[in-house]
Amino acid sequence: MNTSANSGAKNIVQIEKAGMSFDTKNGRFIALRDIDLNISEGEFVSLIGHSGCGKSTLLNLIAGLTLPTDGVLLCDGREIGGPGPERAVVFQNHSLLPWMTCHENVYLAVERVFGTKERKSKLKERVDAALAMVHMDHAAQKYPHEISGGMKQRIGIARAFAMEPKILLMDEPFGALDALTRASLQDELNGVMAKTGATVVMVTHDVDEAVLLSDRIVMMTNGPAATIGEILEVNLPRPRDRLALAHDPVFAEKRAALLDFLYKKQLKKAA
Amino acid sequence: MTAMALPTGNQGMNVAPATAGAVNDVATKAVNQNVDNTTVETKAEAVVQQNKKPWGSRVTEMMKSVIKAVVPPIFGLGLLVGIWALISIKGGSIPGPVPVFKQAVVLFSDPFYSNGPNDQGIGWNILSSLQRVGIGFGLAAIIGIPLGFLLGRFKFMNSMFDPLISLLRPVSPLAWLPIGLLVFKQADPAATWTIFICSIWPMIINTAVGVQRVPQDYMNVARVLNLSEWKIATKILLPSVLPYMLTGIRLSIGTAWLVIVAAEMLTGGVGIGFWVWDEWNNLKVENIIIAIFVIGIVGLMLEQALLFIAKRFTYE
Ligand SMILES: Nc1ncnc2c1ncn2[C@@H]1O[C@H](COP(=O)(O)OP(=O)(O)O)[C@@H](O)[C@H]1O
Ligand SMILES: [Mg+2]
Repeated sequence: MNTSANSGAKNIVQIEKAGMSFDTKNGRFIALRDIDLNISEGEFVSLIGHSGCGKSTLLNLIAGLTLPTDGVLLCDGREIGGPGPERAVVFQNHSLLPWMTCHENVYLAVERVFGTKERKSKLKERVDAALAMVHMDHAAQKYPHEISGGMKQRIGIARAFAMEPKILLMDEPFGALDALTRASLQDELNGVMAKTGATVVMVTHDVDEAVLLSDRIVMMTNGPAATIGEILEVNLPRPRDRLALAHDPVFAEKRAALLDFLYKKQLKKAA
Repeated sequence: MTAMALPTGNQGMNVAPATAGAVNDVATKAVNQNVDNTTVETKAEAVVQQNKKPWGSRVTEMMKSVIKAVVPPIFGLGLLVGIWALISIKGGSIPGPVPVFKQAVVLFSDPFYSNGPNDQGIGWNILSSLQRVGIGFGLAAIIGIPLGFLLGRFKFMNSMFDPLISLLRPVSPLAWLPIGLLVFKQADPAATWTIFICSIWPMIINTAVGVQRVPQDYMNVARVLNLSEWKIATKILLPSVLPYMLTGIRLSIGTAWLVIVAAEMLTGGVGIGFWVWDEWNNLKVENIIIAIFVIGIVGLMLEQALLFIAKRFTYE
């Protein structure tokens, strides 16, 4: 299986024969096995699969929040031994600290990454720039409970981008949002991606979202002992426009391929 | 009616910056903005009118809710006073509400007199009890809260101290009084020591539980950012543990206030507990009943004050 997109670009993440099992009350539970995947710099990779197949587990392995029980994961050629600010995570439930304003939440991250090298005013500028990027400058002094779910998610994304990470990891970042908010955030993310050229790994269960945003879509088989089923290349030109793509035959074809995998090959028995 | 005009003023202020920002824009946009502005104003007027119409019924509604909130407690207190009056008529040795009230008026007309160490006004007695509680409790907080943090954060510490706490916590604080008397050779620090002992357990335990219950999401943020242990403590643990800590403090204060009365009865000196005992020796039962009310009211106020603080520091 060809696990790399364009062999020309440098691989920033290499996953070799990675597996993850959990010790549970009912014995050992194998969540993931034999994961082989290379992600090259600047690439946008989506992980898609049915609920419970192990998408979050794989993302947490890349984040270093959990360590694999088999195989090895490398970031920039070095083994991933724990989490670090060069691999920023956008959590599904935003995970903003409720006792800090939006500005302070982002500042905490910026200070950690750039605090030793830059002065306070420069750090504040970085925070302002990150908030402006997701169009949330007006809410800088608001507390998370004072803003909507979509806004919180934006702050979460701003916090991650403000760290200027090598890789941005997102676990169903728009999963909890309504369709309209989700669409506008997807467009915003597309814009931010175009500006920064960041490497992104995103977990999603939304077929349209995957095709719209990704360069490659990793389709995972059902668990337990889930692994990579197929990999779909999405060579649609960027910038991508959701309205134009709605009538694009390539878009329709990619979408159909995903649906085929999810609802024919990996049809999940109703639990 | 002046209060009713306030919403319009606020609305106007909210609108102002938006119009100011649009000034730079093209003329047509400015016109649009003006249109927006007027709609907002009409909306504001509508709000005022809405408030205007049911003004009379709003007053009656407010009265109703006040009555609902006030009447049942009055019935409850009335029941208490009624039973008390009945008992005083039948029992003979227990004074009824009227003489107790009269005595209370006398007592509280001069709460801060002082005729030597054994005859002081009720105000002094309350204050010196509160002072003991404050000192014992403060020391317990200084030691208990950091200890709770360590226990919650480090498994080893938790396993190390868990058997100690389990063993010592169920011991009545009064059992520690003799040890206090032995060590300090004085009544006053011994009573404070008793307060310290009874306050420290809820403080340690609640803080530790709070630390263990810090949402994993927040800890994941800390891990991804690779925050230092100091930043984790101040920016994540402390704020999210604060509500638990305040619960611990509230429980501690409650027990401390229970215990101080008993401790002072045993040690003597100045204090509300000692005062109760003294009045018993003088067979002034009115004063004992007054003391019961005073102890109850002070305890209630302590509890309410802490609940108020806790509410301010609870997020979402
Ligand atoms: N810490 C854990 N302990 C035991 N089982 C776990 C743990 N984390 C995840 N799992 C199991 O691993 C499987 C994959 O979980 P997850 O990665 O969250 O799925 P997804 O994100 O694709 O919905 C699930 O069956 C889940 O129950
Ligand atoms: Mg998941």
